[in-house]
Amino acid sequence: MLSLSHYLIIGAALFCLSVAGIFINRKNVIVLLMCIELMLLAVNMNFIAFSHFNQDIAGQVFVFFILTVAAAESAIGLAILVVLFRNRNSINVEDLDAMKG
Amino acid sequence: MKELCLIIVLAPLVGAVLAGLFGRSIGRAGAHWVTIIGVGISFLLSAHVFQQVVLNDVEPLNTNLYTWLDTGGISFHVGFLIDELTATMMVVVTFVSLMVHVYTIGYMHEDPGYQRFFSYISLFTFSMLMLVMANNFLQLFFGWEAVGLVSYLLIGFWYKKDTAIYANLKAFLVNRVGDFGFLLGIAAVLMVCGSLDYATVFQAAPGLVGKTVSIIDGHEWSLLTLICLLLFVGAMGKSAQVPLHVWLPDSMEGPTPISALIHAATMVTAGIFMVSRMSPLFELTETALSVVLIIGSITAFFMGLLGLVQNDIKRVVAYSTLSQLGYMTVALGASAYSAAMFHLMTHAFFKALLFLAAGSVIIGMHHEQDMRKMGGLRKHMPITWITSLIGSLALIGFPGFAGFFSKDAIIEAVKLSSTPGAQIGYYACLFGVFITALYSFRLYFMVFHGKGRMDHHTEEHLHESPAVVWVPLVALAIPSVVIGAIAIQPMLFGDYFGASIFITEAHAKGLHHMAEHFHGVLPFMLHGMMQPPFWFAMAGVATAWYLYMQAPHLPARIAAALRPLQRILEAKYGFDAFNEMFFAGGARGTGGLLWRFGDVRLIDGLLVNGSARLVGWFSQLLRGVQSGYLYHYAFAMIVGLLALLAVFVHKVIA
Amino acid sequence: MITFETIVFYVFAAMLISAGVLVITLRNPVHAVLSLVLAFFASAGLWLLLEAEFLAIALVLVYVGAVMVLFLFVVMMLDINIAEVREGFARYLPIAAMFAVLMGVSLLLVVGPAHFGTAQVPIPPPVASDVNNTEQLGLAMFTQYVLPLEIASVVLLVAIIAAIALTLRSTRQTKAPKPESQVRVRREDRIRLIKMDAEKGA
Repeated sequence: MLSLSHYLIIGAALFCLSVAGIFINRKNVIVLLMCIELMLLAVNMNFIAFSHFNQDIAGQVFVFFILTVAAAESAIGLAILVVLFRNRNSINVEDLDAMKG
Repeated sequence: MKELCLIIVLAPLVGAVLAGLFGRSIGRAGAHWVTIIGVGISFLLSAHVFQQVVLNDVEPLNTNLYTWLDTGGISFHVGFLIDELTATMMVVVTFVSLMVHVYTIGYMHEDPGYQRFFSYISLFTFSMLMLVMANNFLQLFFGWEAVGLVSYLLIGFWYKKDTAIYANLKAFLVNRVGDFGFLLGIAAVLMVCGSLDYATVFQAAPGLVGKTVSIIDGHEWSLLTLICLLLFVGAMGKSAQVPLHVWLPDSMEGPTPISALIHAATMVTAGIFMVSRMSPLFELTETALSVVLIIGSITAFFMGLLGLVQNDIKRVVAYSTLSQLGYMTVALGASAYSAAMFHLMTHAFFKALLFLAAGSVIIGMHHEQDMRKMGGLRKHMPITWITSLIGSLALIGFPGFAGFFSKDAIIEAVKLSSTPGAQIGYYACLFGVFITALYSFRLYFMVFHGKGRMDHHTEEHLHESPAVVWVPLVALAIPSVVIGAIAIQPMLFGDYFGASIFITEAHAKGLHHMAEHFHGVLPFMLHGMMQPPFWFAMAGVATAWYLYMQAPHLPARIAAALRPLQRILEAKYGFDAFNEMFFAGGARGTGGLLWRFGDVRLIDGLLVNGSARLVGWFSQLLRGVQSGYLYHYAFAMIVGLLALLAVFVHKVIA
Repeated sequence: MITFETIVFYVFAAMLISAGVLVITLRNPVHAVLSLVLAFFASAGLWLLLEAEFLAIALVLVYVGAVMVLFLFVVMMLDINIAEVREGFARYLPIAAMFAVLMGVSLLLVVGPAHFGTAQVPIPPPVASDVNNTEQLGLAMFTQYVLPLEIASVVLLVAIIAAIALTLRSTRQTKAPKPESQVRVRREDRIRLIKMDAEKGA
């Protein structure tokens, strides 16, 4: 039988993958954004799993909200990216050091 | 009576305010009229009060007019205590003040600060009256500080003159030292008695005998002695006793009427008055009395000596004032408060006279104050000459003149006193008489006799001063002659002061003894002529006559022969140099040290700039972390996440 | 015991993990986005197993249908130099692997069967066929969570406006005069004084 643990392990594995992705794709902002999407997916997975096993609908409500915020975040992130590319003609993270102290 | 007193106090204040604030609109004549009317009213009413309290024996008035502050169980009042002591002072103060007001019209008539001057002297009269009429320490202190302030303002009246500014600063600072002691004394009184009213404090005083206080651990000091000494420090400052006397000679930078009013007749006697007022306290402590007596002796003798080497006419009179204040202090120390007050009164008249006469001479000489450039003035200024002679005779104690009675009384009282140190006091006073006569007649002969040493132009313009100047001289000369003979009987031996002065039985013996041998004014004079003080005075006059009339070249030779002594005297015993070097230099040094180390290094260097530099350094460090690269921040976040996770996992597993 | 459910779980799990690996390793961003889409599909399948039907469908429709298309759109619109953004890939692989493994191990220690096995968390009974997941979710959202829902809608609105505002290119298309520049104009902008010699008389 499938226990809660199965799903949590899937979520954990997905999360670790996205952390690794952030490291190895450190220059490509688009892939960084995608990795964040993947992370959120892992979190959502955990929420739904708990919701199911605890028989509490609140977990699913939270997933709904997370999806909302994630959509907003990626929309704005992509918009920034577009503007950035328009101005710099590059999405290389190394070019973005205007915040250097 | 209460309303009367209020008018006496407020009339000069109104005059001062009118002349001071509206001086421009009321004009010069307006200014002197309002102030003279104010002081005149004060004088007339004071005379009335004097007549009531002293001559008609009306009960002394002790009343609170107004409660200024009521805090923590202690009330501070504004009130009057009008007894024989106060009444005497009131009459003296207002009379001399009135004379000086009139005199000022003539003396200052060319001065641009005419209205300001009248405002100040009227304000002074108000302050002095507040001082003498107070019925509590706080009001006394108010008057005390107010007269100090006016003195400061008036010494620096010619504020464009550097020496005047230096002198008034000096007077103010030296008086601060004295006032600090005075304030501590008042605070001690408040601490011990819980009240500042004279009556309450004096009632509590006998209960304080034998009580001790330990300021430094292990040293028990008599409480009463401590209080009295602290109060006397205040008196030393105001009455210019050694070593706080240094300001008085310099105060002669002020206009002459001020020297007469404030720095000779009234304000400087505030200390004497205060100690007399505090007689119920001082009487109970032998130590304090002894200190008072010794300080007074030193002042009386050594300050007189300094008068011998001065050439500035006003400075000679100033040192003479110091010396005479010393006499009064000696009398206080010998418990002869009535003698001190007696001398205070006679001195007020003849010293004011001498100063005003000196002022008249200065007017005649076109503001030349050096005696070496005068001489033979008696032909040109007869009234000034006669009144000066009267003043000098009164000062040296020539029989019949006011000073004779008061000074002889003091010397006699000191001789009979049982206060420790009275012997020193006696000899100091005795030799002081010789010195007094010598410098007084040195001045007199140098100014009024001999050949004129002034330049031709000045000599041509020499003439008697106007009436506003010589009328006060005459008005002051009369009491200088007669007041002694009139007042000696009641003031010294009668019940003049009533309950206002308290003397313990043991200390009163001397005065009782004198009273027993007193058989009237004439026998007293005859008796006086057979006593050493008279012969000392005569010797002084004769010496002065010989040295400055017969053999004018001799003083220079004596000075040359006694060069070291001459130098010490010219350096005024080095008090000024010592103060300049030790206190002023020390303060400057400490200030410099604190500035260089405390301020520049510690506060600016370490605290202000140091903290800024620390923040700057730390920020420089943190700046390196802010690379601006997204992945660095992400990396930091993930590391932090991992660390948190590690903690969490550790908890779960454990 | 292998049931149909188990098989479906493992198939979807394998799909999800491999799609995740592809997302982070593929050179071409377009391919990576497509892998991400696959990952979303796989997790939607898993969510169906967890009886979250509405969210599974919403994920596919909203995420895959809208957000991922947006990603694709942007990726294709931008002319990305793949070689440049990919450099350092091999260099950072070890450290990435190290972090991933560290994190994975510590997560597994927590979420492993020891803590969340069937013994600790019993398997819930299957829901009745007349229970409607969408209705349940709707009831919860519009009653208990109505205020957070409103906030979420505002967040979306802000995102819309922000995205438009950021990317809007202000092109000059109208011929209307600009009052502000008319007001700001100064004398020097319009008039130039020239010194000239006066004309000499004949």
